[in-house]
Amino acid sequence: MKLKHSALLGTALAGLLASSIAGAVEEQFIGLPSYRVGPYAAGGSGVFGGWIDYMQLINERDGGINGVRLTWEECETEYNNARGVECYERLKKKGSTGNTVFQPVSTGITYSVLDKAAQDKIPVVTIGYGRTDAADGRVFPWVFPLITTYWSQASAIVNFIGAKEGGMDKLKGKKIGLLYHDSAYGKESHAILDKLAAKHGFELTKIAVAHPGNEQQSQWLQLRQLKPDYVILWGWGVMNPTALKAAAKVGYPREKMVGVWWSGAEEDTVPAGPAAKGFTAAGFNVAGANYPVVADIKKFVYGKGKGNMEDKARIGSVYYNRGVVHGLITVEAIRKAQEKYGKGKALTGEQVRWGFENLNLDEARLRALGATGFLPPLKISCADHEGPGVVKFQQWDGNQWKVISDWVESDRPLVRGMIEESAAAYAKEKGIKPRDCSKEG
Amino acid sequence: MQFFIEVLIGGLLSGVMYALVALGFVLIYKASGVFNFAQGAMVFFAALSFVGFQEVLPARFGMEAGSAAVFWLSFLLAFATMVVLGIATERIVLRPLVNQPPITLFMATIGLTYVVEGLAQMTWGANVRGLELGIMDEPIGWLMDDYGIGVSKFDLFAAGVAASLVALLAALFQYTKVGRALRAVADDHQAALSIGIPLQTIWRVVWAVAGFVALVAGMIWGARNGVQFALTFTALKALPVLILGGFTSVPGAIVGGLIIGASEKLAEVYVGPLVGGGIEGWFPYMLALAFLLVRPEGLFGERHIDRV
Repeated sequence: MKLKHSALLGTALAGLLASSIAGAVEEQFIGLPSYRVGPYAAGGSGVFGGWIDYMQLINERDGGINGVRLTWEECETEYNNARGVECYERLKKKGSTGNTVFQPVSTGITYSVLDKAAQDKIPVVTIGYGRTDAADGRVFPWVFPLITTYWSQASAIVNFIGAKEGGMDKLKGKKIGLLYHDSAYGKESHAILDKLAAKHGFELTKIAVAHPGNEQQSQWLQLRQLKPDYVILWGWGVMNPTALKAAAKVGYPREKMVGVWWSGAEEDTVPAGPAAKGFTAAGFNVAGANYPVVADIKKFVYGKGKGNMEDKARIGSVYYNRGVVHGLITVEAIRKAQEKYGKGKALTGEQVRWGFENLNLDEARLRALGATGFLPPLKISCADHEGPGVVKFQQWDGNQWKVISDWVESDRPLVRGMIEESAAAYAKEKGIKPRDCSKEG
Repeated sequence: MQFFIEVLIGGLLSGVMYALVALGFVLIYKASGVFNFAQGAMVFFAALSFVGFQEVLPARFGMEAGSAAVFWLSFLLAFATMVVLGIATERIVLRPLVNQPPITLFMATIGLTYVVEGLAQMTWGANVRGLELGIMDEPIGWLMDDYGIGVSKFDLFAAGVAASLVALLAALFQYTKVGRALRAVADDHQAALSIGIPLQTIWRVVWAVAGFVALVAGMIWGARNGVQFALTFTALKALPVLILGGFTSVPGAIVGGLIIGASEKLAEVYVGPLVGGGIEGWFPYMLALAFLLVRPEGLFGERHIDRV
């Protein structure tokens, strides 16, 4: 009797175990070093909100990536390097396979974790920030400054201005003012713009704005004296609306100002009020909620009350859509990696790194994702961790951003040459032997 | 010469904007001997509360957005919020620290800074907002047309507001009973208590007035650059003003502001290009440091004499 009882119990337990194994859902963990409080919370809440909403969409609409559900955990960095490193350490071993990818949306934190991430075999993805020369994947196998870099952006802005003038030859003798944030970020454009000025014959005047940039009277008086044909605004945070207001104060036309992607969000133009009207800025993603991918987020995520944004009016804003781009690229890299390492399986960071390096989001794939025109087609390789290096230009009409160009390319040979030169110098300094990409699978 | 005058006038008017923030520091230091590190956070909180109420009143109570009623009610509610914050600061932070060394009180205000910054974003969200006061930040037409000098209407308005505030605060300190009590408390907490001055009430009053000054400064700076976290950085502009003008002098804050504003703009324009530009961030501190060597108490500060 006792034996029969034990056998029954054993059978029941085995059945329970078997059913739980059969029903076990694989999960892919993504650590999010976000910043929702502190000085840059306005941007952070948009980017990380859009990003989480996209991952939620994949879970709710598709049941995950080939059945692998996405899980995530936010860690507040407040855009602070020390906290960013702490978050990196806290998140790296979470989930069944550890953190899949680290994307801090901060150049400072990126620099702080570059070496650690390579040792831990976790890819670092820096879309629109970070080290420009990391685009040379032979020297930086673990870093992916995807879509475009600051150098590509600077070059695309000059090409855009050239097109407005009727051709690059028309730039000769023109005056371009560069109003830049006096930091490593702001100075990142100097080398490439100097080369482009020499190549096309325009006169480049660089004017620094001390952090945080909430006072620009003297800079704009200097610019008024200079009478530049265009002003490139390489700003950040409060420096952007202050520049737009100061430009209005000295009567400089906003239509002649071209901003970078960290100057081209609603957070930069709304505080400037009417002074922002006519201002143009570059972007590797566009604003707008009329894309199928955003419509799906509204339907499948917000429709079920699972949306991340408290202020739903921000869905479709520049920062929000940038977050969706982060989510989309991450998901597609995992999907690509599953093709090689097994569909329906949770992958390690090392395996997902392969996914990033072999990512190919062509027009057809973007159409299938409901993101045609939302971000540019993207093809990554062992040597090229950047991709297309293109931007679109958007103009603020007083209420919203309107796309006014197609994807504008950079001076690719010049930019790539500079990237390779800088990466080679880094490799020499650090004693790194660049990878032979012909041997990479 | 015309360009020099334009830079000079622009600098002087910018200096008035710095002085607006510096006034809040002076007020609290003068009355309680506390260097309030949280003044920048208070400017942010006050301005954010003002625009927050401007959004809430039409959305929740059906008031007409952009109307004068919404503006003034928002102003009063934001001021009331700052009074509550002042009372809470006195009750929770300062009262337990009566008679403690000044450095202890200073450290407490550093903690208060983080609390106020977090409270502001927790209450009103992290979104960047615009703020319109109805005065365009554009040059005065006739000055520009006849003399080619650009002087902003908005900057002149800010200068007028600052002048009114200074007159009001000077009258408060010099001619009212509360003002005399404030000065007594600043000199010696225990001595003031021993002659019957209600220390707690005085502190509440002074923090409420500092809240009012923060609200005005926040609205002016917010209208210029947007209401966002960067308003806390305005405190950085006020520090050299305080060193120069003296921590205890209301007129000193204005004069200090004018000197800092004019000198930093002139330095940026005429010296900046020689050293790569972007010097107005640190130049005022260099100037203040040099000034400290000659006159440690500032231009109008009270000379501190110790018996040895």
